[in-house]
Parts: sequence; structure tokens; C-alpha cells
Amino acid sequence: MVLEGVNKHFGTLHVLKDVDLSVARGEVVVVIGPSGSGKSTLCRTINRLETIDAGSISVDGKPLPAEGKDLAALRAKVGMVFQSFNLFAHKTVLENVTLGPVKVKGVKKADADKRGRELLDRVGIASQADKYPAQLSGGQQQRVAIARSLAMDPMVMLFDEPTSALDPEMINEVLDVMTALAKEGMTMVVVTHEMGFARRAADRVVFMDDGRIVEQATPEQFFSHPESDRAKDFLSKILTH
Amino acid sequence: MDAVLDNLDVFAEGFTRTVTLTLLAAVGALLLGTLIAAMRVSPVPPLRWAGTAYVQLVRNTPLTVVFFLVVFGLPEVDVILSFFQFAVLALSLYTAAFVAEAVRSGILSVPSGQAEASRAVGMTFGQTLRLVVLPQAFANIVPPLASVFIALLKNTSIAGAFFIFEGTQSMARLINANGDQAIAILAAAALAYLGLSLISSALFGLLERRVTVSR
Repeated sequence: MVLEGVNKHFGTLHVLKDVDLSVARGEVVVVIGPSGSGKSTLCRTINRLETIDAGSISVDGKPLPAEGKDLAALRAKVGMVFQSFNLFAHKTVLENVTLGPVKVKGVKKADADKRGRELLDRVGIASQADKYPAQLSGGQQQRVAIARSLAMDPMVMLFDEPTSALDPEMINEVLDVMTALAKEGMTMVVVTHEMGFARRAADRVVFMDDGRIVEQATPEQFFSHPESDRAKDFLSKILTH
Repeated sequence: MDAVLDNLDVFAEGFTRTVTLTLLAAVGALLLGTLIAAMRVSPVPPLRWAGTAYVQLVRNTPLTVVFFLVVFGLPEVDVILSFFQFAVLALSLYTAAFVAEAVRSGILSVPSGQAEASRAVGMTFGQTLRLVVLPQAFANIVPPLASVFIALLKNTSIAGAFFIFEGTQSMARLINANGDQAIAILAAAALAYLGLSLISSALFGLLERRVTVSR
């Protein structure tokens, strides 16, 4: 996955400034940075939930297609997990997981159900399959959202602050699932404020500030010897408490 | 009173046609209106513009003018239909603009994250609308739709001026024949409209309770 010279404005606000980033197959890239630094926007441009004004983005060697069938096909291969879960409110947990495979990939209902239950079991919520999202806790909902993405057999998964809307005690159950995924070799781009997860699971940490990528390094290097002043300042603020 | 009771068959004929017009135009308006609402929220700008233009144009034109355009305009371009078909068409075209706005308000009431998640899974715009957004929007569409269809029921009276014998025309005929009992005949017609409106309200009320429970 390669991003080159990506620029994006919201009105007069320049949210992404000449962003270059490439992610190799199997790599886990964690994007951190202060609020408003453009990291969520960056994550959302990769499956074109946000369009870009300049630059190029390609996934698996092919540039992002314009709106239409080709884009839908690409999104089917790029999983996305949102801060606010966004589970389909009118569908049961199992239906949330099977809707994509059945409607997008044409998988038979029975096969999709079987696979869906396996995935729910894997994220530890098999017993909730027939409930509606509103009946689940935030942590459970986010794990369903991860299972929903996995059901499409994505080649890369994007996580847009997956734990930011969760109670502290539910954060770990979601991070555990993500850590397991990272260990299994899933290509992941994770926007997060969870430094523990970044240390534990990331191959590379990308630090963003004010719409730019300021620094990229391995977790050990970044957390122990940050190069830029901005990163030092950021780390000193979040690691002292 | 006699003029009303002795001529119930005349009223029946007229108001049956009122009901048929309403039902047929309601189906037409629902289909066209949903399509226009979909156009107005679509990712394709020309479709959005066309949908918006339709709503603004039709919603701001008096129904009588729409009728004139359909009944006298279409034959100019060699579209010849029966007066009844013209009436259904005019009512459908007009009501569709209002249905479109009711449907659109329902669509906008569904959190945008739902559509984003659906797109992120790889569903097309059509699938997203059909499988994720509209089912959740429906509960919010029903109440304004009830008002639109009750307005349609009463709007069918305009068809009376365009050669259709419906409720108000049956009333007019009876008043012409029984001028001394005009008040009773008018009251009977008003009562007929009231009854039909209340029945529609009750049906929509049932529907509303159903879709709210299933949420």
C-alpha cells in the first residue's frame, strides 16, 4: 500500500500535507499523534471514505478507483474498524458479520453463517450471535466490528481509533484481539492513542503532527529515542502519567 | 337529507373513484418519490442536481397547473391516455416530490456511520441504501408519509375539474339537482372525506406501531 504526496483540505483547513507512506504486506503500522493531526483522516483516505485533493494512493499495486463498482470491490478487500463501531443497528450480531460476504461476495447463507460463528468465536462473543448490537457492551460491539471486517477476508485492515470510545476496562479485550491479528500476520494500519499496543504489536510507529508525518521508526527506537522535538514533547506529555 | 340518502349510489360511485385514484397515485408516487430521494443522496452529482430540480420544480407548482400540463400538454407530444390515466399520472408526479422529501428526511435521520460501515464492507451505493439505510429510515418515514397521502386523498378532487367523476363531482351533481339541500349534501361529502382520512390515519398508525416495535 503506497501513499505519495497526499494532500487534503477541509475548506481552508489543510489537514494532510504531502503525506508519503508505504505499508508492506504483513506489516503493522501504528499511527499516533495529537488530536487534529490528521491521522484519522489519513486512515479514511486509504479506502476512499475521504477523497484527496492531490497525490496518489495505491493498494496492491493499483491506484484507488473512482466512486463505483471498482471502488466497492476494493473496499471489500480493505477492512475498516471505526471508533464508533457502526454496527448495523437493525441486524443481529451474526447478520452483521454475514451481510458483507452474502451480498458482496455471493457466499451462500449457510456457509456465511458457519464462518460468521467461527469468527465470533474467535473474538470471544459466539454466545451473543443472535442479539442486536444495542444489547452489547462497547467492547463486545467493537469485537463484532472486527469479526465483520475479517469475514470479508481483507488483505489489509484499517483501525480508526478502535478503543477511543470504550470504557477503560473494555479496551484490553479489543486490543487483545488486535494483537492476536497482528501476530497472525495481518497487514494493519492502526490509528490509536494506546501506546502499550504500539510498543507490543507495531512493526513501525508513524508520528503525525499538523497534517504531516514527522517521524517514522520502530517502536523501541521511537519510544526510547524520539528524534524530533515535537515527538519528544508529545511523549513527555503522555508518558508522565 | 333525502337528497343524500336517496343518492348514496351516486356518492358511492364518486368516492370509490376517489379511493382508486388515491391508491394508484400513492403507489406511483411512492416508487417515483423513493427513486428521487435516492438520486438526491447519491454520490453522482448530476443525479443529485436532477433530483433537487425535480423536487423544487414540482413542489412549487400548483397541482392544477401540473394537471393542465399533463392533460393538455402530453397530447401535444402525442402521448394520448385516458383522462383517468392522465389524472393518476398528474397526481403521482406531483405527490412524488413530497414523498421524496419524506423519504430523504428519513434517510438523513440514519447516522452517517451506518452508510460508511456499509460502504467499507464493499457494498455499492444501491446495496447500502436498500439493505442498511432504508430499513432503518423507514420508521422515521412513516409519520410524514401519512400526511402526504392524506393530502393526496384530498388533492384527488382537482381531478374532478379534469373530466373525472370522483367524490366532489358526485357532490356537485347532486347539488345541481337538489339546490334546496346543498348544505346536507356538502356536509355528507365532507364527512366522506373525513371518514376516508381517518381510515388512512388508522392504517398508518398500525404501520407505525409495527415498524417501531421491530426496531
